[in-house]
Amino acid sequence: MDFSLTEEHKMIQDTARDFADKELVPIAEEVDESREAPLEIVKKLGELGFMGMMVPEQYGGAELDDISYVLAMEEISRGCATTGVIMDVNNSLVCEPLNMYANDEQKKRVLTPLAQGELLGAYCLTEPEAGSDPSNIKMTAVEDGDDYILNGTKIFVTNGGFANIFIVFAKTDVEKGSRGLSAFIVEEDRPGFKRGTREKTMGIRGSKTYEIILEDARVPKTNLIGEPGQGFKIAMEALDSGRIGIASQAIGIARAAFDRALEYSKTRKQFGREICNFQAIQWKLADMATKIESAHLLTMRAAWLRVSGGDYVQASAMAKLFAGRVAVEVADEAIQVHGGYGYVQDYHVERHYRDAKITELYEGTSEVQRLIIARRLIRG
Amino acid sequence: MDLEFTDDQREMIQAVRDFARGEIAPLAQEMDETASIPEAIIDQMRELGIFGAGIEAEYGGLGLDAVTYTGIIEELSEVCAGVAILLGVHNSVSAYPLMKFGNEEQKRRFLPNLAAGQIGAFCLSEPSAGSDASSIKTTARRSGDDYLLNGQKVFVTNGSLARYFLVMAKTDPDINPPHRGISTFMIDREESEGLVPGRKEDKMGLRASDTMEIFFEDCRVPATNRIGEEGEGFRIAMASLDNGRIGVAAQAVGIAQAALNEAVAYAKERQQFGKPLSHFQAIQNKLSDMKTRLEAARLLARQAAWLKDQGRPLTREAAMAKVFASEAATWITHQAVQIHGGYGFMKEYPVERYYRDARVTEIYEGTSEMQRLVISRQLIKG
Repeated sequence: MDFSLTEEHKMIQDTARDFADKELVPIAEEVDESREAPLEIVKKLGELGFMGMMVPEQYGGAELDDISYVLAMEEISRGCATTGVIMDVNNSLVCEPLNMYANDEQKKRVLTPLAQGELLGAYCLTEPEAGSDPSNIKMTAVEDGDDYILNGTKIFVTNGGFANIFIVFAKTDVEKGSRGLSAFIVEEDRPGFKRGTREKTMGIRGSKTYEIILEDARVPKTNLIGEPGQGFKIAMEALDSGRIGIASQAIGIARAAFDRALEYSKTRKQFGREICNFQAIQWKLADMATKIESAHLLTMRAAWLRVSGGDYVQASAMAKLFAGRVAVEVADEAIQVHGGYGYVQDYHVERHYRDAKITELYEGTSEVQRLIIARRLIRG
Repeated sequence: MDLEFTDDQREMIQAVRDFARGEIAPLAQEMDETASIPEAIIDQMRELGIFGAGIEAEYGGLGLDAVTYTGIIEELSEVCAGVAILLGVHNSVSAYPLMKFGNEEQKRRFLPNLAAGQIGAFCLSEPSAGSDASSIKTTARRSGDDYLLNGQKVFVTNGSLARYFLVMAKTDPDINPPHRGISTFMIDREESEGLVPGRKEDKMGLRASDTMEIFFEDCRVPATNRIGEEGEGFRIAMASLDNGRIGVAAQAVGIAQAALNEAVAYAKERQQFGKPLSHFQAIQNKLSDMKTRLEAARLLARQAAWLKDQGRPLTREAAMAKVFASEAATWITHQAVQIHGGYGFMKEYPVERYYRDARVTEIYEGTSEMQRLVISRQLIKG
């Protein structure tokens, strides 16, 4: 039993923390208001190795473990939730599936620049009729000589506005439900690739969430990841791991909100005293901190299981479910601690509240997480 | 980061698990009904050596680390929380303060007996002093080579079984601040007269465990039984409770695990509307949330135990573990009753006992309110 961090883990955490404080905290409000992704800063993250943290060195990654990833994601998300999701998608939903299923040629061509932050990635699974139910996917991929022709629309593509490489899931066999899905690398300059509308989201407003339209988009067979029909497996495994990243993002947002609430309570005076002297406020702070600690431990456990080769699927679902709720509740209470100022943009906590909510939705809604957890519990 | 037990730890925990499931489980319901623990069970616990769980080997104990200890408490609590608290109080707030604050002579005199299973108790609360521990009124007046204790303690777990009582009393009732006037004494019932058992409480839960009122009527205690210096009693009590918190968190986890196990089993078996309950999302959702909170509680308890084993500060983490795990346990047992429907209200099924047993974990060894005070104080201090 050991709850300590190795020297390497501490170093990653410190590096991420410093980066967040210096580079992200000062710009987070601007990112939110302008709805612009801080791509110059993301490039610096790439230079730190944070965009392909778990990719082997052989393919340009930092070859770190999931625990380092959790620690880094928490700090980066604490600084700026938008930057956190850009990092999570690149790491968990793009680099990881490539790392696990792409061949050597694909890895050299695509994974290496992604891991180094020279290219940015996005993940295209969801469609208008297929959210929690991915077997309802309608995008098709039809063989044509040495290529596949892809047709369909994807929505809610995080990073869609600026990504260069898209992992796209399409039906190579429409008869087969989810077993008919295959995974493809689609570069943004492929003919037939088009960005559609940009979503106006409640939070993570700099992340440029787009509709992606493929109209007779021609993609070489050498862009198929793994085997035909393996798409669902690849998609789900990516999400199993991505959950750990989103749980970490949620914790980072919660920490940001909590830190501000604590600071505010120590300086704001009412009724002749700093409000941290009132039990109503003390109780909120205690509960916020306890929830964050619990969420962190659940997430570390999921990461540890993945690192040690254990079954992390239920653990990562629990981490995301719990951490997402914690982020929303902590951000909500942080606003409350700020009173009227909590409703005002300059005080940041309203942004944390808006940012937090997505963590209960994307990469598997809380409802889906509960299904996953229950399934394993009942199976025994 | 490593969440595995070592082989030694696993072996010890397994031994207790086997004992709990083999010997205690068949009697759990009866112990709840009769509000007592058979002497045979206590004897078997003595044979296992677990009364010396936290006592160092050189004093006759097992010298187990805190992580193993939480594992043991979880196992016992899963089967009978009343038995778990018998051990919990004995180990965490009776033997432990001696280990940490007693002098060598006191350790040699008391610890081997405690390790062998002469049971220990802890006397702090009084009718007018619960969370406000420094307002206790029991006095300890110096009388030659002894002290004379006068007063009344309530909610003394193990009160009728114990030989040894760790008692907090005022050696200086007038000092300011009041907590500086408290001293700690180890009373050996076989040695001191004037320790008079009062009423045995009739409780909602943890009924196997005996909870007594204890009166001190000119109870004569040798000065060599005073633990630490005069005025150190409050600090000793608080350090003991910090430690005890870890055990209560583990106990809550154990009770909750039992409730979850029953709920899952029932949901798989019980059919309504043509399907097992486990096929309905409303039930799946409860089970998932129960499992998630349980795992979080377990991790908090294990972390607090690990910090103790590392000799690191743990006040905040222990308080977090206790408040979270206890509130998780009451919620989880509540859901378990609900999943059982009407049968959850019937004594025929164990979940109503788990519900009753869980409730006290939010209260004793520092109420949830006190835990929140402790946590927020640490946070604000920074």
